[in-house]
Amino acid sequence: MIFDALIAPFIEFEFMRRALVGCLALSLAAGPVGTFLMLRRMSLFGDAMAHTILPGAALGYLAFGLSLTAMTIGGLATGLLVVLLAGLVTRATRLREDASIAGFYLISLAIGVSIVSLKGSNVDLLRVLFGSILALDDPAMMLLAAMSTGTLLVLALIFRPLVLECVDPAFLRSVSRAGGPAHLIFLALVVTTLVSGFNALGTLLSVGMMMLPAIAARFWAVELTGIIFAATLIGLVSSLCGLILSFHTGLPSGPAIILVAGALYLLSLSFGPQGGLILKLLPQRHLEA
Amino acid sequence: MTAALLTLTDMTLGYDRHPAVHHVSGRIERGSLTAIIGPNGAGKSTLLKGIAGAMSPLSGTLARTPGTRIAYLPQSAALDRSFPISLFDLVAAGLWHRTGAFGGLSHKDRHAVHEAFERVGLQGFERRTLDALSGGQLQRALFARLILQNADLILLDEPLAAIDTKTSADLLAMIEVWHAQGRTIIAVLHDMQIVRDHFPQSLLLARECVAHGATVDVLTENNLGRARQMIEAFDEEAHICAQESAS
Repeated sequence: MIFDALIAPFIEFEFMRRALVGCLALSLAAGPVGTFLMLRRMSLFGDAMAHTILPGAALGYLAFGLSLTAMTIGGLATGLLVVLLAGLVTRATRLREDASIAGFYLISLAIGVSIVSLKGSNVDLLRVLFGSILALDDPAMMLLAAMSTGTLLVLALIFRPLVLECVDPAFLRSVSRAGGPAHLIFLALVVTTLVSGFNALGTLLSVGMMMLPAIAARFWAVELTGIIFAATLIGLVSSLCGLILSFHTGLPSGPAIILVAGALYLLSLSFGPQGGLILKLLPQRHLEA
Repeated sequence: MTAALLTLTDMTLGYDRHPAVHHVSGRIERGSLTAIIGPNGAGKSTLLKGIAGAMSPLSGTLARTPGTRIAYLPQSAALDRSFPISLFDLVAAGLWHRTGAFGGLSHKDRHAVHEAFERVGLQGFERRTLDALSGGQLQRALFARLILQNADLILLDEPLAAIDTKTSADLLAMIEVWHAQGRTIIAVLHDMQIVRDHFPQSLLLARECVAHGATVDVLTENNLGRARQMIEAFDEEAHICAQESAS
C-alpha cells in the first residue's frame, strides 16, 4: 500500500523521477537563499524579482519556442540586469533599495506581459506563470542542477561578509570593502534560484519554494546554521510530498509542492519549539535566572 | 618627541556639500587618549567617521601614518539585533584581519575569543543570541571585539551612552589598559566629569574646532560657552564657503 502510494510513481514513471531530482536540487539552493532573504527583511523581494523574470523568459520562448533552456537564460538575463540597475541607482541616488527595485520590476513586468500578449497565446502565459515540472527535459534538468550547485558554492564563498553585512554593516565597512559586492552577489543568487524555480513551479510560485521553508524554519531553530538546515529539510520534504500529492490528485505539480510547504509552515507556526503558538499558549512557570 | 599618528589639515566633512565639520586642523599624537566633545549637531560623529575613513573630506586632507590599523565602534543603533547569530560569532568577527572573508578560526584564535569574553566579564555568554542581551552586555561584547581587533587607533562613538555606572567603570578601565599599551584612542563623549577624570586630551568641536589640547585648558567656561554659540542652523540656501572661494 505505502509502496504503491509513495514509491511506485517514481519507479514506474521517468518524468516523476526527473521531476523529483529537479525539485530536490532546487530545494537545496532555495532554503539557504530564502533564509537570508527572510532575515534581511526582504521576504517580499522575491515576489518583485519573480515578476522581473517574465520578459526574458517570454523573449526566450518567442525566439526558441518551448525550450526551458532558452527561457531560463532569458529570465536570468533580465533578472540580473534589473538587480544591477537597481543596485546602481540605490548607490547613486537617494532612493532606497526597495523603491529602486520596485521601479525597475514594474517596467520589466509590463514589458513581459506586452510581449506575451502581442505574440503568444494565453496558454503560454499560464505556462510561464505556473511552470510544468513534469515536462522537465534533460538539458533543463542539468541546467537546474548546475545553477543550484553554483548558487550553493557562491553562497558559501560570500557567507561571512554577507552575515556581517546583515548584522553590523558599519563594522564590516570598517574592516573590509566586501559588504557591497556580497550584497549584490546575493541578489544575483536570488535571481538564479528564482529562475531555476520557475521551470518547475512557474514565476509566481517559485518564490514559495524560497520563502515558505525559510519562514517555517524560524520556528525550529535559534541560530543561523540551524535555520538554514531546517529550511532546506522542509524544502526537500515539500518537494517529495508535493510531487506525490500531484501524482495522485491530478493537481499541477507547482501548486501541489507549494501547498505542502504552506501546510508545513502552518504546522511549524503552531507546533514549532521556537516560539510556536501552541507552546506560547501553554502556561509556563518562569525560571529562577 | 612624539610622532603624529593623524594630521588633519583644513579638513571639511559634510553631506551634500553642506559642511558638518568645517575647516578643522590638528594633530593626534601616537599613544594619546583624546575625547571629542561638543553640543549636539557639532559634527563629532562625522569627524570620527572621517577619521575612520568611512567618508572622504569635501576639502582639506587627512593624513594617517601608513599601516595604522583602525578599529571603529559606531553608535550601537546600527546593529541588527534580531539576526540569529551567537555572541561568539559577533565577537570573533574582530579577528577579520587574521581570517579575512574565508579563513577559519584556529585553535589559538578560539582561545583568544574566549579570553576576550573573560576580559569584558561575559564568560558563559558565548552561545547567547544578540536579542537576549541587555544594552550594557552588548556594549561589553563590542569591546571584546575591539580587543580582538588589536588596533593601533581605536575610535569610539559615544561608547558610554545609556550604560550604567558599573559597566561604564569597567569599559573606562579597559580604555585605560589600551592607553597603557600605547594605543591611540579617540572617543566621542558627553559626560564632562568622565572626560576630566580619564581623558588627558580633548577636542572641543562646534562644527569648527573651538579648542584642542590638554583637557584642563580646553574645558573652560569660556570655551564651552563659545561652542554653544557657534552651532548655527543648517542653511538650505548657504553660500559657497568664503574660505573655500578664497583659496
